Amino acid sequence: MTKRVIVLCCHLALLPGCVQTVAPWERGALAKPQMALVPDVQHSALMLHTYASKETSSAGYGVGGGGCGCN
Amino acid sequence: MIRHLASGFLAVFFAASASANPAPDCRLSRYQDGAPLNIAGFKGKVTYVDFWASWCGPCLQSFPFMAETYKEFKPKGFELIAVNLDEEREGADAFLAKQHADFTIASDPAGDCPRQYDVQAMPSSFLIDRKGNIRHVHLGFREKDKAEIRAQIEALLSEP
Repeated sequence: MTKRVIVLCCHLALLPGCVQTVAPWERGALAKPQMALVPDVQHSALMLHTYASKETSSAGYGVGGGGCGCN
Repeated sequence: MIRHLASGFLAVFFAASASANPAPDCRLSRYQDGAPLNIAGFKGKVTYVDFWASWCGPCLQSFPFMAETYKEFKPKGFELIAVNLDEEREGADAFLAKQHADFTIASDPAGDCPRQYDVQAMPSSFLIDRKGNIRHVHLGFREKDKAEIRAQIEALLSEP
């Protein structure tokens, strides 16, 4: 029991490390292209546009022939 | 009565001098050789302290402007320090290889200076007057800021 409490306390002691904020000048690693949420912004915009135009009309995403294509 | 007035004036005077915003004197090192550099060492000159990093797009835009401004105002007592905050030096080396920068480049990878200056954006620039007070702060860099920054530098240069 005491052992468990000690282990738990050790883990809790490490938690404050998670709440550090990233300063504006520490974003070098985040600014790398491989850290982007989408690999290709233009491609993903195109895909999303197509998706919206298909989904909001008849057929689903990736299916040819659906929708009026007017979006 | 006169004594009261005098103490009132004194209070106002001290309040005004206290509201002046002295630039934190933080320790930097010169980018090229690591020689110690002190922002307070530029007292008596109008100093533009810019915090930049190689991964920041607007920083890249600001460099030609800074070079031009430095060239123009240097003879009138203007100094420009561009503080690099890259955590990895390779990026900054590649960045500087493509830039023609005559002004002082400093580095502070530990981030002590930006912490003291409370840098909120990249790039951030601080205009310090001849007495060592921060007078203007610019967050980010936009094309339309150029004229304003130049006007502020000119105004500060004309002060004693």
